[in-house]
Amino acid sequence: MSGVRVENLVKQWGDFRAVDGVSFEASQGTLTVLLGPSGCGKSTILRLIAGLEFAESGSVLIDNQDVTQSDPAKRSVSMVFQSYALFPHLDVRENIIFGLKVRKVPAREREARLLKAAEMVGLDQLLSRKPAQLSGGQRQRVALARAIVANQPVCLMDEPLSNLDAKLRAEMREEIHRLQRNLNLTMIYVTHDQTEAMSMADQVVLLKDGQIVQVGAPADLYDTPSTVFAAQFLGTPPMNILPKKVVPTFSGNTESVDLLGIRPEKIKLSNDGIPMIVDAIDYMGAETVLRLLYEDQRLMARIDGKAQVSLGESVSVNWDPADCHGFDRNGNRICGSF
Amino acid sequence: MRSYSSGMRHVYGWLLLTPAAILLIAFTHYPTIATFIDSFFSKSSAIRPSRFIGVGNYEAMFEDPIFWKVLFNNLWFALGTIPTSVAIAIVMALLVNRSLPGQGFLRMAYFTPTILPMIAVANIWLFFYTPEIGLIDQILQGLGLSGHNWLGDPDTVLGAVIVMTVWKEAGFFMIFYLAALQHLPKELEEAAKLEGASRWYFFWRVTFPLLMPTTLFVLINAVLNSFKLVDHLFVLTKGGPDNASNLLLYYIYENAFSYFDPNYASTLTVVLLALLAILALLQFFLLDRRIHYR
Repeated sequence: MSGVRVENLVKQWGDFRAVDGVSFEASQGTLTVLLGPSGCGKSTILRLIAGLEFAESGSVLIDNQDVTQSDPAKRSVSMVFQSYALFPHLDVRENIIFGLKVRKVPAREREARLLKAAEMVGLDQLLSRKPAQLSGGQRQRVALARAIVANQPVCLMDEPLSNLDAKLRAEMREEIHRLQRNLNLTMIYVTHDQTEAMSMADQVVLLKDGQIVQVGAPADLYDTPSTVFAAQFLGTPPMNILPKKVVPTFSGNTESVDLLGIRPEKIKLSNDGIPMIVDAIDYMGAETVLRLLYEDQRLMARIDGKAQVSLGESVSVNWDPADCHGFDRNGNRICGSF
Repeated sequence: MRSYSSGMRHVYGWLLLTPAAILLIAFTHYPTIATFIDSFFSKSSAIRPSRFIGVGNYEAMFEDPIFWKVLFNNLWFALGTIPTSVAIAIVMALLVNRSLPGQGFLRMAYFTPTILPMIAVANIWLFFYTPEIGLIDQILQGLGLSGHNWLGDPDTVLGAVIVMTVWKEAGFFMIFYLAALQHLPKELEEAAKLEGASRWYFFWRVTFPLLMPTTLFVLINAVLNSFKLVDHLFVLTKGGPDNASNLLLYYIYENAFSYFDPNYASTLTVVLLALLAILALLQFFLLDRRIHYR
């Protein structure tokens, strides 16, 4: 059992609390994504787990051992850095086995592990290249191989895909996910990209301003966001949030509800409903995103296929009250349906 | 019209180049060529004008024991100053690259010798080395040891000059290493730390190889300086005693302006230039292929 648990972690930079009492658990063999906008403290949490930073208070447990004060090398973690941190003067082979040499793994075993890891990420033909002679995706693979070859049960990833173009990103996302499952790694993965979080995570830890907003499976976060922030951070386009009073037809169920949330894909064009003006039409092929105006409110609606509307036209929209989310004045969830 | 304007462009180009070209030709190329030619002529005197003597000056040079002594002095001077000052420069750069209290002050302290003129440095060290009243002798006396005439003893004078030069140069080289260190990504060290690499291992396996371009630059400068920097000899030793601290460039100066033999001085200058060119090329070609440039 090599799960990771952090308890009440606090990290302060001067007066600024980068990590403010964060607790969560990543169980063995699962992929946990730390998700949040930049500056939310997600990378700092990862570095605290790795031992590259030390916490003001709180603790980090790996495999039920308190490693809060341990040396990074003794925490059984490997890490992939956003910049890959490849040694520019060493070739791919030496980059991958750097750690094995430090740990004085015998030459024969080193070679076997090198070949296995290189094959897994498809680098076996490029072992004598220098990082400068590799493409971005290949460099990323070297960084992955270096993490794999270490044979550590816990793998930490700090925005590993943010330097890649969109197509490569999707490809590598899949590959990382596959490796994580095949090697049964406990992976903690930092990203600001909700698509990565939704598609890979077993568990998402959503962060804001150094604090946890919500923890759960991607579907839980999507279906029952605990705050307006969570509701709008996951999903593209984000959830529409409207003051309850401007949507008179759907009010009256819960007194304390101040804000109504409705996902764009739940909005339907219909013959009777709320009349709105079409302000913009983003045709995407499989779907169309309509930007609608209702009084002084803006809404987005996601319609399958090509919507038969034109700019400036008035349309009626409708939605199932069960698809509404209710939030109070402070943006906290009150209920899911009415 | 077009040909006229392109012709004018050439004129403009040459006009813009002219000031620099005049300076270069007048003060670099012409003197170099004139020196080379002068080295094939004899010394002129009141009764005998200068005449062409072929390689006569070079033959005389090879038989001049002082030339050989000065050349070997220079070799020892280079060997004594270069590795030590480079090593100290790296250590100082590593020290001040870490965040520690008083970092700015420390950097400034290390760099101060560099901004002092060599003459001033020599004057400072004269206070250290002076027998009886100098700092070193005073400390030795305080400890109950006898003093020593560091600059008056042929056995210690070159060493004394070497120590002073290292003190002067290390801070200068440190700046280049500090700049290079600050360019190294911090993640490299973190990645190594996660694998349990010691500072020592990381330095030799990663930092030092990545500093090699800087080291080449510093080495070329250090070699050039070991032949170029002789200002301190004017203040400290005048090359003495018995040429024990004399260096090639100072010997050239002596020949030209003390013995009034500009032709022999030219001969020595040609040798010095050839030597420097060979050394620079050697370093460049031998080291360059082993260096990783980003």
